[in-house]
Amino acid sequence: MSEQTLKRVDLIFGEYSNEKYKVLAQTVTKTNEEILKDLLDSGLRGRGGAGFPTAMKWKFTADAPGDEKFVVCNADEGEPGTFKDREILYRVPRKVFSGMAICGKVIGAKKGYMYLRGEYRFLLPALMKELDCYHEHAKALGLDFTIEIKMGSGAYICGEESALFESMEGSRGEPRNKPPYPTTSGFMKKPTVINNVETFVNVLMIMRLGAEQYRKLGTSDSRGSKVFSVSGDTPIPGIYELELGMPLDKFVEEFGDGDTKAVQVGGASGFCVPRKKFKDTIIGFEGVPTGGSMMIFNSSRSMYNVLHNYLEFFEEESCGQCTPCRVGCQQLLKGIRAVKKGEKKAVYLDQLMKLSESMKITAKCGLGQSVANSFSSIVNNFREEMIY
Amino acid sequence: MIPTGTNYINELVALYGKERTSLMPILQGIVARKNFISDQDMTEIAKELDLSAAQVYGTATFYSFLDTEPRGEYVIRVCKTITCDMHGKKTIVQALEDMLKIKAGETTPNKKFTLLETNCLGWCHEGPAMLINDVPYSGLTVEKVHDIISEYINK
Repeated sequence: MSEQTLKRVDLIFGEYSNEKYKVLAQTVTKTNEEILKDLLDSGLRGRGGAGFPTAMKWKFTADAPGDEKFVVCNADEGEPGTFKDREILYRVPRKVFSGMAICGKVIGAKKGYMYLRGEYRFLLPALMKELDCYHEHAKALGLDFTIEIKMGSGAYICGEESALFESMEGSRGEPRNKPPYPTTSGFMKKPTVINNVETFVNVLMIMRLGAEQYRKLGTSDSRGSKVFSVSGDTPIPGIYELELGMPLDKFVEEFGDGDTKAVQVGGASGFCVPRKKFKDTIIGFEGVPTGGSMMIFNSSRSMYNVLHNYLEFFEEESCGQCTPCRVGCQQLLKGIRAVKKGEKKAVYLDQLMKLSESMKITAKCGLGQSVANSFSSIVNNFREEMIY
Repeated sequence: MIPTGTNYINELVALYGKERTSLMPILQGIVARKNFISDQDMTEIAKELDLSAAQVYGTATFYSFLDTEPRGEYVIRVCKTITCDMHGKKTIVQALEDMLKIKAGETTPNKKFTLLETNCLGWCHEGPAMLINDVPYSGLTVEKVHDIISEYINK
Protein backbone atom coordinates (compact mmCIF):
# COMPACT_ATOMS: atom_id res chain seq x y z
CA MET A 1 0.00 0.00 0.00
CA SER A 2 1.23 3.44 -0.84
CA GLU A 3 0.01 4.55 2.62
CA GLN A 4 2.82 2.74 4.31
CA THR A 5 5.81 4.11 2.52
CA LEU A 6 7.61 7.35 2.03
CA LYS A 7 7.83 7.96 -1.66
CA ARG A 8 9.89 10.65 -3.23
CA VAL A 9 8.34 12.27 -6.25
CA ASP A 10 9.77 14.54 -8.89
CA LEU A 11 6.78 16.34 -10.26
CA ILE A 12 6.90 19.92 -9.08
CA PHE A 13 10.61 20.47 -9.69
CA GLY A 14 10.77 18.19 -12.71
CA GLU A 15 12.30 19.64 -15.83
CA TYR A 16 10.40 22.04 -18.06
CA SER A 17 8.98 20.74 -21.31
CA ASN A 18 11.41 20.99 -24.20
CA GLU A 19 9.31 23.75 -25.74
CA LYS A 20 8.51 26.81 -23.66
CA TYR A 21 4.92 26.89 -22.38
CA LYS A 22 4.12 23.65 -24.21
CA VAL A 23 1.66 22.28 -21.65
CA LEU A 24 -0.10 25.64 -21.51
CA ALA A 25 -0.40 25.64 -25.30
CA GLN A 26 -1.89 22.14 -25.22
CA THR A 27 -4.25 22.96 -22.38
CA VAL A 28 -5.78 26.07 -23.90
CA THR A 29 -7.10 23.97 -26.78
CA LYS A 30 -9.33 22.11 -24.31
CA THR A 31 -12.75 23.38 -23.27
CA ASN A 32 -13.19 24.84 -19.81
CA GLU A 33 -15.45 21.93 -18.92
CA GLU A 34 -12.74 19.44 -19.85
CA ILE A 35 -10.17 21.26 -17.76
CA LEU A 36 -12.48 21.48 -14.76
CA LYS A 37 -13.35 17.81 -15.06
CA ASP A 38 -9.66 16.87 -15.09
CA LEU A 39 -9.11 18.98 -11.99
CA LEU A 40 -12.09 17.49 -10.22
CA ASP A 41 -11.03 13.95 -11.11
CA SER A 42 -7.51 14.62 -9.93
CA GLY A 43 -8.73 15.30 -6.39
CA LEU A 44 -6.40 18.28 -6.07
CA ARG A 45 -6.79 20.26 -2.86
CA GLY A 46 -5.16 23.61 -2.15
CA ARG A 47 -1.52 23.45 -1.14
CA GLY A 48 -1.43 26.48 1.12
CA GLY A 49 -2.57 24.44 4.09
CA ALA A 50 -6.37 24.67 4.22
CA GLY A 51 -6.91 22.10 1.48
CA PHE A 52 -10.01 23.44 -0.26
CA PRO A 53 -10.79 21.45 -3.44
CA THR A 54 -9.29 23.47 -6.27
CA ALA A 55 -11.83 22.46 -8.90
CA MET A 56 -14.69 23.69 -6.71
CA LYS A 57 -13.00 27.02 -6.06
CA TRP A 58 -12.51 27.55 -9.79
CA LYS A 59 -16.04 26.47 -10.65
CA PHE A 60 -17.65 28.75 -8.05
CA THR A 61 -15.65 31.67 -9.42
CA ALA A 62 -16.40 30.77 -13.03
CA ASP A 63 -20.12 30.62 -12.19
CA ALA A 64 -20.13 33.82 -10.11
CA PRO A 65 -21.90 36.73 -11.81
CA GLY A 66 -19.67 39.56 -13.01
CA ASP A 67 -17.69 40.54 -16.08
CA GLU A 68 -14.45 41.28 -14.34
CA LYS A 69 -12.69 38.45 -12.51
CA PHE A 70 -9.20 37.95 -11.17
CA VAL A 71 -6.65 35.24 -10.56
CA VAL A 72 -4.33 35.77 -7.61
CA CYS A 73 -1.31 33.70 -6.73
CA ASN A 74 -0.61 33.77 -3.03
CA ALA A 75 3.18 33.94 -2.74
CA ASP A 76 3.13 35.49 0.73
CA GLU A 77 4.75 32.46 2.26
CA GLY A 78 5.21 33.46 5.89
CA GLU A 79 4.42 30.43 7.99
CA PRO A 80 7.41 29.66 10.20
CA GLY A 81 9.22 26.63 8.84
CA THR A 82 7.89 27.04 5.29
CA PHE A 83 10.16 27.92 2.40
CA LYS A 84 8.96 25.73 -0.44
CA ASP A 85 7.25 28.49 -2.43
CA ARG A 86 10.53 30.39 -2.51
CA GLU A 87 12.17 27.36 -4.06
CA ILE A 88 9.33 26.84 -6.55
CA LEU A 89 9.46 30.48 -7.62
CA TYR A 90 13.21 30.28 -7.93
CA ARG A 91 13.37 27.03 -9.88
CA VAL A 92 10.14 26.64 -11.85
CA PRO A 93 8.33 30.01 -12.12
CA ARG A 94 7.18 29.10 -15.63
CA LYS A 95 4.98 26.37 -14.19
CA VAL A 96 3.38 28.83 -11.77
CA PHE A 97 2.54 31.37 -14.49
CA SER A 98 1.19 28.58 -16.72
CA GLY A 99 -1.11 27.39 -13.93
CA MET A 100 -2.37 30.92 -13.40
CA ALA A 101 -3.05 31.35 -17.12
CA ILE A 102 -5.06 28.12 -17.21
CA CYS A 103 -7.09 29.42 -14.29
CA GLY A 104 -7.63 32.72 -16.11
CA LYS A 105 -9.03 30.88 -19.10
CA VAL A 106 -11.34 28.69 -17.02
CA ILE A 107 -12.86 31.45 -14.90
CA GLY A 108 -12.85 34.09 -17.63
CA ALA A 109 -10.30 36.46 -16.08
CA LYS A 110 -8.05 38.74 -18.06
CA LYS A 111 -5.79 39.75 -15.25
CA GLY A 112 -3.72 37.82 -12.77
CA TYR A 113 -1.61 39.00 -9.87
CA MET A 114 1.11 37.42 -7.87
CA TYR A 115 1.44 38.77 -4.34
CA LEU A 116 5.05 38.19 -3.39
CA ARG A 117 6.22 38.64 0.18
CA GLY A 118 8.68 41.48 0.74
CA GLU A 119 11.23 39.04 2.15
CA TYR A 120 11.46 37.47 -1.34
CA ARG A 121 12.06 40.68 -3.27
CA PHE A 122 15.41 39.27 -4.40
CA LEU A 123 13.42 36.89 -6.64
CA LEU A 124 11.76 39.76 -8.48
CA PRO A 125 14.24 40.38 -11.34
CA ALA A 126 14.20 36.71 -12.43
CA LEU A 127 10.43 36.52 -12.10
CA MET A 128 9.97 39.64 -14.23
CA LYS A 129 12.18 38.14 -16.89
CA GLU A 130 10.12 34.95 -16.96
CA LEU A 131 6.96 37.06 -17.07
CA ASP A 132 8.19 38.76 -20.24
CA CYS A 133 8.65 35.32 -21.73
CA TYR A 134 5.17 34.31 -20.57
CA HIS A 135 3.55 37.39 -22.08
CA GLU A 136 5.25 36.72 -25.42
CA HIS A 137 3.93 33.17 -25.51
CA ALA A 138 0.47 34.15 -24.28
CA LYS A 139 0.26 36.66 -27.11
CA ALA A 140 1.27 34.02 -29.63
CA LEU A 141 -1.36 31.67 -28.23
CA GLY A 142 -4.01 34.37 -28.44
CA LEU A 143 -4.43 34.21 -24.69
CA ASP A 144 -5.89 37.42 -23.28
CA PHE A 145 -4.43 37.06 -19.79
CA THR A 146 -1.70 39.23 -18.32
CA ILE A 147 0.10 38.80 -15.02
CA GLU A 148 1.48 41.46 -12.69
CA ILE A 149 3.52 41.09 -9.53
CA LYS A 150 2.58 43.00 -6.38
CA MET A 151 4.94 43.17 -3.45
CA GLY A 152 4.15 42.66 0.21
CA SER A 153 6.04 44.48 2.91
CA GLY A 154 6.60 42.11 5.79
CA ALA A 155 3.24 41.14 7.27
CA TYR A 156 2.47 37.48 8.00
CA ILE A 157 -1.26 38.14 8.12
CA CYS A 158 -1.30 39.09 4.44
CA GLY A 159 -1.02 35.39 3.62
CA GLU A 160 -4.65 35.23 4.76
CA GLU A 161 -6.53 35.66 1.51
CA SER A 162 -8.83 38.54 2.39
CA ALA A 163 -6.02 40.41 4.16
CA LEU A 164 -3.97 39.89 1.01
CA PHE A 165 -6.68 41.57 -1.08
CA GLU A 166 -6.81 44.50 1.36
CA SER A 167 -3.06 44.86 1.03
CA MET A 168 -3.21 44.70 -2.77
CA GLU A 169 -5.85 47.42 -2.63
CA GLY A 170 -3.51 49.68 -0.65
CA SER A 171 -4.96 49.22 2.81
CA ARG A 172 -3.84 47.71 6.09
CA GLY A 173 -3.71 43.94 5.78
CA GLU A 174 -6.74 43.31 7.97
CA PRO A 175 -8.85 40.24 7.17
CA ARG A 176 -12.45 40.69 6.07
CA ASN A 177 -15.51 38.98 7.40
CA LYS A 178 -16.50 35.81 5.56
CA PRO A 179 -18.81 35.27 3.79
CA PRO A 180 -18.66 36.66 1.18
CA TYR A 181 -15.83 34.43 0.00
CA PRO A 182 -13.28 35.43 -2.64
CA THR A 183 -15.11 33.30 -5.24
CA THR A 184 -17.77 36.04 -5.29
CA SER A 185 -15.97 38.99 -3.68
CA GLY A 186 -12.19 39.01 -3.72
CA PHE A 187 -9.74 41.55 -5.13
CA MET A 188 -11.59 44.84 -5.72
CA LYS A 189 -14.70 42.97 -4.49
CA LYS A 190 -14.75 41.02 -7.77
CA PRO A 191 -14.94 37.22 -8.09
CA THR A 192 -11.39 35.97 -7.55
CA VAL A 193 -9.58 32.67 -7.48
CA ILE A 194 -6.74 32.83 -5.01
CA ASN A 195 -4.46 29.81 -4.85
CA ASN A 196 -1.10 28.99 -3.36
CA VAL A 197 2.00 28.94 -5.59
CA GLU A 198 2.28 25.17 -5.37
CA THR A 199 -1.40 24.65 -6.24
CA PHE A 200 -0.92 26.35 -9.60
CA VAL A 201 2.05 24.10 -10.34
CA ASN A 202 -0.03 21.05 -9.44
CA VAL A 203 -2.71 22.20 -11.89
CA LEU A 204 -0.14 22.26 -14.66
CA MET A 205 1.17 18.83 -13.69
CA ILE A 206 -2.37 17.43 -13.81
CA MET A 207 -2.77 18.90 -17.28
CA ARG A 208 0.49 17.30 -18.32
CA LEU A 209 -0.02 13.85 -16.77
CA GLY A 210 -3.78 13.55 -16.86
CA ALA A 211 -5.97 13.15 -13.79
CA GLU A 212 -5.71 9.36 -13.86
CA GLN A 213 -1.94 9.35 -13.52
CA TYR A 214 -1.92 12.11 -10.91
CA ARG A 215 -4.47 10.29 -8.75
CA LYS A 216 -2.12 7.37 -8.37
CA LEU A 217 -0.06 9.48 -6.01
CA GLY A 218 -1.13 9.87 -2.41
CA THR A 219 -4.21 8.55 -0.61
CA SER A 220 -7.94 8.86 -1.20
CA ASP A 221 -8.20 12.04 0.90
CA SER A 222 -4.87 13.48 -0.12
CA ARG A 223 -4.15 13.03 -3.79
CA GLY A 224 -0.85 13.92 -5.34
CA SER A 225 2.49 14.93 -3.97
CA LYS A 226 3.46 17.74 -1.68
CA VAL A 227 6.56 19.84 -1.33
CA PHE A 228 7.78 19.68 2.25
CA SER A 229 10.02 22.18 3.98
CA VAL A 230 12.09 20.20 6.46
CA SER A 231 14.02 22.06 9.14
CA GLY A 232 15.11 21.93 12.77
CA ASP A 233 17.05 19.05 14.27
CA THR A 234 17.68 17.06 11.14
CA PRO A 235 20.92 16.12 9.42
CA ILE A 236 19.29 16.75 6.03
CA PRO A 237 17.26 19.98 6.15
CA GLY A 238 15.82 21.12 2.86
CA ILE A 239 12.99 20.82 0.40
CA TYR A 240 11.53 17.44 -0.47
CA GLU A 241 8.68 16.43 -2.69
CA LEU A 242 6.91 13.47 -1.12
CA GLU A 243 3.72 11.61 -1.68
CA LEU A 244 0.90 12.67 0.63
CA GLY A 245 -0.59 10.35 3.22
CA MET A 246 2.65 9.14 4.81
CA PRO A 247 2.85 8.12 8.46
CA LEU A 248 4.89 10.46 10.62
CA ASP A 249 7.09 7.70 12.09
CA LYS A 250 8.40 6.92 8.60
CA PHE A 251 9.09 10.57 8.06
CA VAL A 252 11.01 10.83 11.34
CA GLU A 253 12.96 7.69 10.52
CA GLU A 254 14.16 9.31 7.35
CA PHE A 255 14.64 12.90 8.44
CA GLY A 256 15.15 12.80 12.22
CA ASP A 257 18.52 12.73 13.95
CA GLY A 258 17.70 9.60 15.95
CA ASP A 259 16.66 11.61 18.98
CA THR A 260 13.48 13.27 17.76
CA LYS A 261 11.19 14.38 20.54
CA ALA A 262 8.49 16.15 18.58
CA VAL A 263 7.57 17.33 15.11
CA GLN A 264 5.70 20.56 14.49
CA VAL A 265 3.52 19.84 11.47
CA GLY A 266 2.18 22.85 9.59
CA GLY A 267 4.25 25.59 11.18
CA ALA A 268 3.51 27.75 14.20
CA SER A 269 -0.19 27.61 13.35
CA GLY A 270 -0.07 23.82 12.99
CA PHE A 271 0.16 20.94 15.45
CA CYS A 272 2.95 19.64 17.60
CA VAL A 273 3.10 15.84 17.54
CA PRO A 274 5.06 14.11 20.36
CA ARG A 275 7.13 10.99 19.83
CA LYS A 276 4.52 8.61 21.22
CA LYS A 277 2.04 9.67 18.55
CA PHE A 278 4.36 9.46 15.52
CA LYS A 279 3.10 6.01 14.60
CA ASP A 280 -0.57 6.96 14.49
CA THR A 281 -0.20 10.26 12.71
CA ILE A 282 -0.78 10.53 9.00
CA ILE A 283 0.48 13.59 7.14
CA GLY A 284 -2.36 14.63 4.91
CA PHE A 285 -5.88 15.94 4.99
CA GLU A 286 -7.13 12.76 6.71
CA GLY A 287 -4.61 13.25 9.52
CA VAL A 288 -2.56 16.31 10.26
CA PRO A 289 -2.63 18.70 7.30
CA THR A 290 0.31 20.90 6.47
CA GLY A 291 1.21 23.67 4.08
CA GLY A 292 4.58 21.92 3.96
CA SER A 293 6.26 23.00 7.16
CA MET A 294 7.88 20.16 9.11
CA MET A 295 10.01 21.32 12.02
CA ILE A 296 11.85 18.64 13.93
CA PHE A 297 12.86 19.01 17.58
CA ASN A 298 15.19 16.66 19.42
CA SER A 299 15.33 15.99 23.13
CA SER A 300 17.79 18.81 23.78
CA ARG A 301 15.08 21.38 22.97
CA SER A 302 12.85 23.00 25.54
CA MET A 303 9.28 22.92 24.29
CA TYR A 304 8.61 25.91 26.53
CA ASN A 305 11.07 27.90 24.43
CA VAL A 306 9.42 26.63 21.27
CA LEU A 307 5.96 27.70 22.41
CA HIS A 308 7.30 31.00 23.71
CA ASN A 309 8.84 31.68 20.30
CA TYR A 310 5.55 30.91 18.52
CA LEU A 311 3.53 33.10 20.85
CA GLU A 312 5.91 36.02 20.42
CA PHE A 313 5.50 35.52 16.70
CA PHE A 314 1.69 35.55 16.88
CA GLU A 315 1.60 38.47 19.27
CA GLU A 316 3.62 40.55 16.80
CA GLU A 317 1.87 39.36 13.68
CA SER A 318 -1.70 39.63 14.96
CA CYS A 319 -3.25 42.49 12.98
CA GLY A 320 -4.93 43.73 16.15
CA GLN A 321 -8.30 44.15 14.52
CA CYS A 322 -10.30 41.69 16.63
CA THR A 323 -10.07 41.49 20.42
CA PRO A 324 -9.84 37.69 20.86
CA CYS A 325 -6.66 37.54 18.82
CA ARG A 326 -5.09 40.84 19.86
CA VAL A 327 -5.60 40.34 23.59
CA GLY A 328 -5.56 36.56 23.48
CA CYS A 329 -2.06 36.30 22.03
CA GLN A 330 -0.73 38.76 24.60
CA GLN A 331 -2.37 36.96 27.50
CA LEU A 332 -1.21 33.50 26.41
CA LEU A 333 2.36 34.77 26.23
CA LYS A 334 2.13 36.54 29.59
CA GLY A 335 0.45 33.48 31.03
CA ILE A 336 3.08 30.90 30.15
CA ARG A 337 5.82 33.27 31.36
CA ALA A 338 4.02 33.65 34.69
CA VAL A 339 3.63 29.88 35.11
CA LYS A 340 7.26 29.31 34.26
CA LYS A 341 8.39 31.90 36.79
CA GLY A 342 6.13 30.39 39.42
CA GLU A 343 4.01 33.53 39.68
CA LYS A 344 0.99 31.48 38.70
CA LYS A 345 0.13 27.93 39.69
CA ALA A 346 0.32 25.13 37.16
CA VAL A 347 -3.49 24.90 36.96
CA TYR A 348 -3.42 28.33 35.35
CA LEU A 349 -2.40 26.48 32.19
CA ASP A 350 -5.92 25.05 32.05
CA GLN A 351 -7.35 28.54 32.07
CA LEU A 352 -4.98 29.52 29.26
CA MET A 353 -6.10 26.47 27.37
CA LYS A 354 -9.71 27.65 27.69
CA LEU A 355 -8.66 31.06 26.42
CA SER A 356 -7.05 29.52 23.36
CA GLU A 357 -10.23 27.52 22.73
CA SER A 358 -12.26 30.74 22.92
CA MET A 359 -9.93 32.30 20.39
CA LYS A 360 -10.56 29.35 18.13
CA ILE A 361 -14.28 30.09 17.98
CA THR A 362 -14.28 33.86 18.26
CA ALA A 363 -11.27 35.18 16.34
CA LYS A 364 -12.07 36.71 12.98
CA CYS A 365 -9.54 34.87 10.85
CA GLY A 366 -7.29 31.85 10.65
CA LEU A 367 -4.45 33.49 12.57
CA GLY A 368 -6.32 33.89 15.85
CA GLN A 369 -8.25 30.67 15.33
CA SER A 370 -5.18 28.53 14.86
CA VAL A 371 -3.08 29.75 17.80
CA ALA A 372 -4.88 27.08 19.83
CA ASN A 373 -3.46 24.35 17.56
CA SER A 374 0.13 24.74 18.65
CA PHE A 375 -0.77 26.03 22.10
CA SER A 376 -2.90 23.09 23.18
CA SER A 377 -0.82 20.45 21.40
CA ILE A 378 2.35 21.66 23.12
CA VAL A 379 0.84 22.30 26.55
CA ASN A 380 -1.04 18.98 26.55
CA ASN A 381 1.92 16.90 25.49
CA PHE A 382 4.71 18.72 27.32
CA ARG A 383 3.01 20.10 30.39
CA GLU A 384 5.95 19.50 32.73
CA GLU A 385 8.23 21.49 30.51
CA MET A 386 5.87 24.45 30.77
CA ILE A 387 6.05 24.41 34.58
CA TYR A 388 9.57 23.38 35.59
CA MET B 1 11.81 50.96 -9.05
CA ILE B 2 13.94 53.44 -7.15
CA PRO B 3 13.14 57.10 -7.86
CA THR B 4 16.20 59.28 -8.30
CA GLY B 5 15.17 62.95 -8.28
CA THR B 6 14.25 65.24 -5.41
CA ASN B 7 10.59 65.10 -6.37
CA TYR B 8 10.53 61.39 -5.74
CA ILE B 9 6.87 61.33 -4.72
CA ASN B 10 5.83 62.93 -8.01
CA GLU B 11 8.02 60.43 -9.84
CA LEU B 12 6.35 57.52 -8.08
CA VAL B 13 2.85 58.91 -8.58
CA ALA B 14 3.57 59.41 -12.27
CA LEU B 15 4.67 55.79 -12.51
CA TYR B 16 2.05 54.04 -10.40
CA GLY B 17 -0.94 56.36 -10.70
CA LYS B 18 -3.27 57.98 -8.19
CA GLU B 19 -5.48 55.02 -7.36
CA ARG B 20 -5.68 53.64 -3.86
CA THR B 21 -4.02 50.47 -5.24
CA SER B 22 -0.99 52.62 -6.05
CA LEU B 23 -0.38 53.37 -2.38
CA MET B 24 1.67 50.28 -1.53
CA PRO B 25 4.05 50.54 -4.51
CA ILE B 26 4.52 54.26 -3.79
CA LEU B 27 5.33 53.63 -0.13
CA GLN B 28 7.67 50.79 -1.12
CA GLY B 29 9.36 53.10 -3.63
CA ILE B 30 10.02 55.69 -0.94
CA VAL B 31 11.59 53.07 1.34
CA ALA B 32 13.76 51.90 -1.57
CA ARG B 33 14.88 55.48 -2.13
CA LYS B 34 15.54 56.78 1.41
CA ASN B 35 14.92 53.80 3.75
CA PHE B 36 12.02 55.34 5.63
CA ILE B 37 8.78 57.25 5.12
CA SER B 38 8.60 60.60 6.90
CA ASP B 39 5.46 62.34 8.16
CA GLN B 40 5.93 64.89 5.42
CA ASP B 41 6.07 62.11 2.80
CA MET B 42 2.81 60.72 4.10
CA THR B 43 1.03 64.07 4.02
CA GLU B 44 2.26 64.69 0.51
CA ILE B 45 1.14 61.26 -0.73
CA ALA B 46 -2.26 61.84 0.88
CA LYS B 47 -2.64 65.07 -1.09
CA GLU B 48 -1.56 63.46 -4.33
CA LEU B 49 -3.83 60.43 -3.96
CA ASP B 50 -6.74 62.37 -2.48
CA LEU B 51 -6.70 60.34 0.72
CA SER B 52 -6.62 61.46 4.32
CA ALA B 53 -3.18 61.52 5.91
CA ALA B 54 -4.57 59.05 8.47
CA GLN B 55 -5.29 56.51 5.75
CA VAL B 56 -1.76 56.74 4.44
CA TYR B 57 -0.37 56.58 7.97
CA GLY B 58 -2.60 53.58 8.73
CA THR B 59 -1.28 51.62 5.77
CA ALA B 60 2.34 52.64 6.21
CA THR B 61 2.52 51.74 9.89
CA PHE B 62 0.88 48.35 9.40
CA TYR B 63 3.81 46.82 7.51
CA SER B 64 7.08 46.02 9.21
CA PHE B 65 9.13 46.73 6.07
CA LEU B 66 7.57 50.17 5.59
CA ASP B 67 9.67 51.95 8.16
CA THR B 68 8.33 55.25 9.42
CA GLU B 69 11.36 56.26 11.42
CA PRO B 70 14.82 57.00 10.08
CA ARG B 71 16.86 53.94 9.15
CA GLY B 72 20.40 53.43 8.03
CA GLU B 73 21.46 52.98 4.43
CA TYR B 74 21.62 49.23 5.05
CA VAL B 75 18.88 47.68 7.14
CA ILE B 76 19.92 44.34 8.61
CA ARG B 77 17.07 42.09 9.62
CA VAL B 78 18.04 38.94 11.52
CA CYS B 79 15.45 36.17 11.59
CA LYS B 80 14.40 35.37 15.16
CA THR B 81 11.85 32.65 14.45
CA ILE B 82 12.21 29.19 15.91
CA THR B 83 14.67 27.31 13.70
CA CYS B 84 17.02 30.27 13.28
CA ASP B 85 16.74 30.82 17.03
CA MET B 86 17.64 27.16 17.65
CA HIS B 87 20.61 27.38 15.34
CA GLY B 88 22.32 30.27 17.02
CA LYS B 89 20.55 33.51 16.14
CA LYS B 90 21.63 35.00 19.46
CA THR B 91 25.33 34.60 18.63
CA ILE B 92 24.75 36.21 15.25
CA VAL B 93 22.96 39.21 16.73
CA GLN B 94 25.71 39.50 19.34
CA ALA B 95 28.37 39.46 16.62
CA LEU B 96 26.53 42.15 14.68
CA GLU B 97 26.08 44.27 17.80
CA ASP B 98 29.80 43.99 18.59
CA MET B 99 30.83 44.84 15.08
CA LEU B 100 28.48 47.76 14.55
CA LYS B 101 28.66 48.92 18.19
CA ILE B 102 24.89 49.28 18.44
CA LYS B 103 22.09 47.23 20.01
CA ALA B 104 19.36 45.50 18.03
CA GLY B 105 16.79 48.15 17.13
CA GLU B 106 19.38 50.90 16.78
CA THR B 107 21.09 52.73 13.90
CA THR B 108 24.80 53.50 13.74
CA PRO B 109 25.70 57.20 14.28
CA ASN B 110 26.93 57.49 10.69
CA LYS B 111 23.46 56.32 9.51
CA LYS B 112 24.97 53.48 7.55
CA PHE B 113 23.46 50.46 9.35
CA THR B 114 20.26 49.67 11.22
CA LEU B 115 20.10 46.36 13.08
CA LEU B 116 16.68 44.76 13.54
CA GLU B 117 15.23 41.38 14.37
CA THR B 118 12.40 40.09 12.25
CA ASN B 119 10.02 37.16 11.88
CA CYS B 120 10.52 34.13 9.66
CA LEU B 121 12.43 34.97 6.48
CA GLY B 122 11.85 31.57 4.87
CA TRP B 123 15.41 30.18 5.18
CA CYS B 124 14.68 27.77 8.04
CA HIS B 125 16.72 24.94 6.50
CA GLU B 126 19.80 27.17 6.36
CA GLY B 127 19.43 29.15 9.56
CA PRO B 128 20.48 31.44 11.00
CA ALA B 129 19.55 33.89 8.26
CA MET B 130 19.34 37.63 7.72
CA LEU B 131 18.37 40.16 5.10
CA ILE B 132 20.47 43.19 4.30
CA ASN B 133 18.00 45.42 2.51
CA ASP B 134 16.66 42.92 -0.07
CA VAL B 135 19.57 40.50 -0.10
CA PRO B 136 19.28 37.28 1.93
CA TYR B 137 22.23 35.65 3.69
CA SER B 138 21.86 32.21 5.22
CA GLY B 139 23.93 29.60 6.99
CA LEU B 140 25.46 32.38 9.07
CA THR B 141 28.41 31.93 11.38
CA VAL B 142 30.27 34.62 13.30
CA GLU B 143 33.09 34.50 10.72
CA LYS B 144 30.67 34.78 7.83
CA VAL B 145 28.97 37.76 9.45
CA HIS B 146 32.36 39.45 9.85
CA ASP B 147 33.12 38.96 6.16
CA ILE B 148 29.74 40.18 4.99
CA ILE B 149 29.63 43.25 7.21
CA SER B 150 33.23 44.19 6.42
CA GLU B 151 32.26 44.26 2.79
CA TYR B 152 29.33 46.56 3.47
CA ILE B 153 31.43 48.81 5.70
CA ASN B 154 33.81 49.34 2.80
CA LYS B 155 31.02 50.04 0.32
